Amino acid sequence: MKSVDVLADGRIARRFEALKAEGRAGLVTFITAGDPDPAVSQAVLNGLPAAGADLIELGMPFTDPMADGPAIQASSLRALKAGMTVRRTLEMVRGFRELDADTPIILMGYFNPIHAYGAESFLTDAREAGVDGLIVVDLPPEEDEELCIPALKAGVSFVRLTTPTTDEARMPAVMRNTSGFVYYVSIAGITGTASASNTAIDQAVARLKRHTDLPVAVGFGIKTPDQAAEVARVADAAVVGSAIVTRLAGGLDASGTLKPGTVEDVLGFVGELAAGVRTARG
Amino acid sequence: MTKLNTYRSGPDERGHFGIFGGRFVAETLMPLILEVEKAYREARADPAFEGEMRQQLKQYVGRPNPLYYAERLTEQLGGAKIYFKREELNHTGAHKINNCIGQILLARRMGKTRIIAETGAGQHGVATATVCALYDMPCVIYMGETDIARQQPNVFRMKLLGAEVRAVTSGSGTLKDAMNEALRDWVTNVADTFYIIGTAAGPHPYPAMVRDFQSVIGDEVRSQMQELEGRLPDSLVACVGGGSNAIGLFHPFLDDPSVQMVGVEAAGRGIEKGPLDHAASINGGRPGVLHGNRTYLLQDEDGQILEGHSISAGLDYPGIGPEHSWLHDVGRVEYAYATDQEALDAFQLCARAEGIIPALESAHGLAEVIKRAPKLPKDHLMVLCLSGRGDKDIFSVAKHLGVEL
Repeated sequence: MKSVDVLADGRIARRFEALKAEGRAGLVTFITAGDPDPAVSQAVLNGLPAAGADLIELGMPFTDPMADGPAIQASSLRALKAGMTVRRTLEMVRGFRELDADTPIILMGYFNPIHAYGAESFLTDAREAGVDGLIVVDLPPEEDEELCIPALKAGVSFVRLTTPTTDEARMPAVMRNTSGFVYYVSIAGITGTASASNTAIDQAVARLKRHTDLPVAVGFGIKTPDQAAEVARVADAAVVGSAIVTRLAGGLDASGTLKPGTVEDVLGFVGELAAGVRTARG
Repeated sequence: MTKLNTYRSGPDERGHFGIFGGRFVAETLMPLILEVEKAYREARADPAFEGEMRQQLKQYVGRPNPLYYAERLTEQLGGAKIYFKREELNHTGAHKINNCIGQILLARRMGKTRIIAETGAGQHGVATATVCALYDMPCVIYMGETDIARQQPNVFRMKLLGAEVRAVTSGSGTLKDAMNEALRDWVTNVADTFYIIGTAAGPHPYPAMVRDFQSVIGDEVRSQMQELEGRLPDSLVACVGGGSNAIGLFHPFLDDPSVQMVGVEAAGRGIEKGPLDHAASINGGRPGVLHGNRTYLLQDEDGQILEGHSISAGLDYPGIGPEHSWLHDVGRVEYAYATDQEALDAFQLCARAEGIIPALESAHGLAEVIKRAPKLPKDHLMVLCLSGRGDKDIFSVAKHLGVEL
């Protein structure tokens, strides 16, 4: 049996329906909330939809991001050093929602900061702030009652990661309770490192489509507009994270001060990625 | 305190000890974790696996090591009769090798061809590098750069044994960062790599597996004490970082109500100074999720992990094994603490009174023995797990004593 979305009326579902109607894949962009400081991060976040982001993943910084490579590790530490907290991340979303009522926001991170906040109050506050979904790297289906099931009850999607190591036997368990979309991690590895081959991605997406009617987004290792375009040919969305975060970090000088024009540069890069994704099936 | 019929039946099939434990890992690792669990279950049921492990523990590690009556220390303290379980006499000088023998045999059984491990003080790294040399397997040890600086002799030992030591610069360059980096390696090399975790923490089945491999400590104490005194010990004391030597000593006795148990955490410069000055997860932390399990952690209000401090590199991990968290919550084991200074004092006392230079980790346990023993009757049998020898620590101890080597 294929899995279907239990939260079919949300922003995420509406956005993927619109993309389908346009006949193109979406661009999912990742930035770390509060990187390099809350004000700049808010400016980047607010500018993402106009630059071409269709969905936004907002990273909740954590001291020990086990599944992330050097770029996102460093961005998390910059954000934490600038005083970022879960509460301030939710404030960022609230600020964004005043300007944009339609672009889905998915918070991505690790469980402990949510655990410390309290899962129930976090879900209430996140939904109220305008969060549409969650990706929590260290919560596999085996730990669903921690957050996944309460999230679905609270009307927040829980987007599951599937990987090259998720075999056929395991797939139904991974798909159960997944909502919004399925995030395919295209390599066995950490963020921002190796890239998967197009053939491997084609096959993986086809395999996932046999198990779910949910949209499939592909990420990990997509660094250029061309790579994003390749993924956009077969997947419902391409996710770019480390490359954007690295672009932002490139605007910091040795003392950690942001050079003028960096926000525009980052959004310009997002524009190039979006153009790649938009022309992929043309 | 909850009275249970048994304290030894955990974890449940999902790896939980009460609310603690579990499998909080990325999806990439999950199939592998399940494979390790299945392979471990099968290995435990296979007499050939047990046989090979026993053989290596005897011939290679040198077990059983003695349960030694520390007569002079007993006289000086004037109370309880003190025994040392001499884990420091094992090959490589600490209890860590017990677990490494078990895990490398499991890795071979699973057909894995590459070993990774994290290390803090370097004892687990040395033990892992040792078994990798013994079984001719390539070995990468992740070690924080701060720890590399303060544990040079062990770094060189690992290299002599053929291991590659990778310096971890992320975070603050200590044990937790080394564990993050080892997990990142494992996610990237799932097909051929086995991760030998050194302490009784991490995702299920590691806490249970490490405990089982270390339980040889308590099993031997039980039969040795029977032989020496004709009865069970009255109390057991062990230092706790992640807590592998402690759980190995305690677990076989959990269902003997007459046996008191005390785990000793590192209080660093003092617990009252706040979580950046100690490494006492139970006494100065609260439950959270890190490195695959729910357990007591040093963390700030926002759930960010804090860097603990201890004079002992083997104890400054911001977490503790989940079974200890549970044993604390149900009240079966008491968790005390000792400061850097108390450990240093115990270290020196042990050297002079018994002619044994203990590891600074074990000296934390000894500090608790020094506090308790004088108040107890002379027929009270107290066992300290002397988990490691202190040769590796002489440089940092000299520095603290203001001696130039």
